[in-house]
Amino acid sequence: MSLTRAQVEGIAHLARLEITEAQMPVYVDSLSRIIDFVEQLSAADTGGVEPMAHPLADQVQRLRPDTVTETDQHEKFQRNAPSVAAGLYLVPKVIE
Amino acid sequence: MTWETVIGLEIHAQLATRSKIFSGSATAYGATPNTQANLVDLGYPGVLPVLNGDAVKMAIRFGLATGSKIARRSVFARKNYFYPDLPKGYQISQYERPVVEDGSLEIVLEDGTRKTIGITRAHLEEDAGKSLHEDFHGLSGIDLNRAGTPLLEIVSEPDLRSAKEAVAYMKKIHTLVRYLGICDGNMQEGSFRCDANVSVRPAGQAEFGTRAEIKNLNSFRFVERAINYEVERQIDLIEGGGKVVQETRLYDPDKGETRSMRSKEEANDYRYFPDPDLLPLAIGEDLIESVRTTLPELPDEKAARFVRDFGLSEYDAGVLTASREMADYYETVVSRLGGSAKLAANWVMGELSGALNKENLDVTGSRVGADALAGLLVRIADNTISGKIAKEVFEAMWSEGAAADAIIEAKGLKQITDTSAIEKAIDEVMAKNPQQLADYRSGKDKLFGFFVGQVMKATQGKANPAQLNELLKRKLGG
Amino acid sequence: MSLHTLTVAELAAGLRARQFSSLELTLHFLGRIERLGPELNAFVTVTADRALDDARRADESLAKGEGGPLAGVPIAHKDIFCTDGILTTCSSKMLSNFVAPYDATVVERWRAAGTVLLGKTNMDEFAMGSSNETSFYGPVKNPWDPRRVPGGSSGGSAAAVAACLAPAASGTDTGGSIRQPAALTNLTGLKPTYGRVSRYGMIAFASSLDQGGMLTRSAEDAALLLKAMAGFDPRDSTSVDAPVPDYGAELATPLEGLRVGIIREFFGEGLDPAVGKRVQDAIEVLRANGASIVEVSLPALPLSVPTYYVVAPAECSSNLSRFDGVRFGHRCDSPRDLPDLYKRSRGEGFGDEVKRRIMTGTYVLSAGYYDAYYLKAQKVRQLIAADFARAFGEVDVVIGPTAPTAAFELGAKTSDPITMYLNDIYTIGANLAGLPAISIPCGFVQEGGKALPVGLQLVGPHFAESRLLSVSHQYQQLTDWHRRVPDGYA
Repeated sequence: MSLTRAQVEGIAHLARLEITEAQMPVYVDSLSRIIDFVEQLSAADTGGVEPMAHPLADQVQRLRPDTVTETDQHEKFQRNAPSVAAGLYLVPKVIE
Repeated sequence: MTWETVIGLEIHAQLATRSKIFSGSATAYGATPNTQANLVDLGYPGVLPVLNGDAVKMAIRFGLATGSKIARRSVFARKNYFYPDLPKGYQISQYERPVVEDGSLEIVLEDGTRKTIGITRAHLEEDAGKSLHEDFHGLSGIDLNRAGTPLLEIVSEPDLRSAKEAVAYMKKIHTLVRYLGICDGNMQEGSFRCDANVSVRPAGQAEFGTRAEIKNLNSFRFVERAINYEVERQIDLIEGGGKVVQETRLYDPDKGETRSMRSKEEANDYRYFPDPDLLPLAIGEDLIESVRTTLPELPDEKAARFVRDFGLSEYDAGVLTASREMADYYETVVSRLGGSAKLAANWVMGELSGALNKENLDVTGSRVGADALAGLLVRIADNTISGKIAKEVFEAMWSEGAAADAIIEAKGLKQITDTSAIEKAIDEVMAKNPQQLADYRSGKDKLFGFFVGQVMKATQGKANPAQLNELLKRKLGG
Repeated sequence: MSLHTLTVAELAAGLRARQFSSLELTLHFLGRIERLGPELNAFVTVTADRALDDARRADESLAKGEGGPLAGVPIAHKDIFCTDGILTTCSSKMLSNFVAPYDATVVERWRAAGTVLLGKTNMDEFAMGSSNETSFYGPVKNPWDPRRVPGGSSGGSAAAVAACLAPAASGTDTGGSIRQPAALTNLTGLKPTYGRVSRYGMIAFASSLDQGGMLTRSAEDAALLLKAMAGFDPRDSTSVDAPVPDYGAELATPLEGLRVGIIREFFGEGLDPAVGKRVQDAIEVLRANGASIVEVSLPALPLSVPTYYVVAPAECSSNLSRFDGVRFGHRCDSPRDLPDLYKRSRGEGFGDEVKRRIMTGTYVLSAGYYDAYYLKAQKVRQLIAADFARAFGEVDVVIGPTAPTAAFELGAKTSDPITMYLNDIYTIGANLAGLPAISIPCGFVQEGGKALPVGLQLVGPHFAESRLLSVSHQYQQLTDWHRRVPDGYA
């Protein structure tokens, strides 16, 4: 097993995913297998190779003119929201 | 033991673009919640960011003004964390390759010495929304109007050695960004705020102590107080045998103290990686040059010119160039006046600033415009009124909005320069005060002032002071 | 021939010639969807009312001799494309209540061309899967053998078009999600060059790999639909600002002089020999008709699957963070506090495979592992792209199988993720390098008493869609595999 249960719990926490007790061993197993599988990359000789973040190497970011193009549509957008009041999205209290 | 304080600031300046950094939503402050948050700002499924060109130009302006390197290629990255005011679950920022690097600026300390503060980097990123904690039955309300507002995060080297230096540096950046027109600098509205990294070390020690990061300081006063509190806290802690922990702290202005922000502390692993929705930002020579041609005269250059051309002291030049608007005002007065630069400086820094401060106004909101003030000062210069009368005229101009000449005319404040009229007044005063006259003539020189006062009173302050002096001296001498 | 087996090109011509109306056509397909759809589970949402409205409007235009090039032609969209006012689920519980407030660019463009929207097709949840078995709405069945998978993730689109429930459907391809289901259901499936089709409104799985495209009955149809779909979109920073060629007009380019490179690495271990044979046969057809065939080697290509399973999960882990139960999508009942809201909403809203990929991605980006996994994968990705670039110095297209086997049985590969991932071994390379690639039908293999289709894959240099389409079209002039329809659906 390349990943421990504690590691998987840590990952699940970082990713904010609740994993049930019953499912945890299944994830430890399958994630370990995936990590073992991708481990074969370490054998590749990548000395001097630039990492590739985009498939089209010669493209650069286009710049948008600074103009306001949007109008207020919050009522439409908030129709999908699970909990709204006074135009605000509601969540359990944020503690700082 | 003596301790040395080490401070680095991360200043967040909201860029003064009309639209957001990655969407066409408006950035105006104070709108009804969520009315300026479009699909991109809300992190809706399927939508994509497109970069605002003006935000890039503003970052370049800042870079050029601080002698920084402008990266020919920079990269936007995602900083991943969950927070309700962060709609996508990541903030688009620049991490490994920021747009601006390796700059500096000079601050002037209280004793007049100058110190260069290094600017490590400045990068573009998006602001988050706001959590409102008012009572929604134990819930928080999220307003995403601010989400996606462009920010320039300006990171200093740990070159600052006291709260005062930190404030001087922050003020300098504040002045600079407003000169450059890239940030309105409004600290109440959160357009300009900073995080302070603070640590202490025994004097002479080379390595840094463990630092605490104080988040979200939105006034110069808070910066100073928070740093001073934090420095004392850390020294007390170490001297008491404890250890400073690296953590994020929040300044509570009501209590005047900093406290640990545990909620942001847990497992900070931001998993930065290049944002695949955005391509590398390429900045060519042509863009840099076109931005360079639009750079205004910068505060330091302007102050130097004021010293050189107007004969002002460095202090006065510094005060008058603290904001571009103030400097523009001052220069307008001088040019209308055709000289008398020192007179203009005294009035702008004295009466005008006093009146502005009293009403908490910006120079752009002054009730007496530069032309009007010049109209007043020209009457001092040509001896129509005395400086003292001018203050009275200024007050009337401020409250009534009328021109200096109209007030002088209406109130009959014109200076008396007619020698015979002044002589007549002197004669009357001498006749009314024989005892004082005798005392003066027997050697009580100090009584000269008494006679000046009496004549001024008799002429309602309108006698030309220079003429009065000369005539009075002659007549009293017998 | 019945209406539902006609190609888009034939339907568009028939509509323009007033041989049938769009309303008749639309009713015909809606009837088939109603009768045959449920068993295949190809659709998440059937938009009958919208379809009839679209059809009436198209008929009005056609009557006036107006309308776009595809006026009145019914189509279906993969449920990953946002459709204004219509449920858009990504086949996830997370979005099972999500009504998109806007149209994806792809949706907008096909609509502007005059198409009629029949509905939204089932898919692997968030496009993560190769068999359509990860869908919250249940697996889709392959019309060639209902015990088998249609491939994935665009499995619903594949099944719908293969069973003649729609003349064509959109798809998305992150690691083979158009080409592999096309191969498994006897369709033509095109994944355009990265940046050719706007990603705006296409719910992201892995942003640097995702590309929209289509599943059709012919290369000619793909050309027509690509013309209507492709092109610069200012709302997508990765969209390429280059003119869109008239793909249809270039279909006639002959095979003579075409230089074809057989990818050596694609014919080794793991390839079903019967599938390999059909592919070799197809290559012989090209050779016999004027193409020159050479073998090319892309030595880094065998690393494409592990590379992909670092890059794609990394991007997906971040892309799917926006599903947090705050502004849209599933929210758990009575959250105790903020962490509970996040963890339960996401834990309940996402299925197992999606969670697995989010966790894989979270791990490979986390402190201490970034360099070893993510950065390393990006470098290997560069090597793979360089291999392709080198090959295209010698040949016009490279060729090989689309998938190692024909359609497999439902449940056969669900127990081990790696076995499932290896299904995309031949398709992932094109995504990593951003290249256009197409899968076309090239024959059948017999398995369990059923004839199962086999796909031939062609990959070209960036923006060589015209060439891929013309080679495919020429091949389809010489063969009729692509016109075969599964029993019971003709």
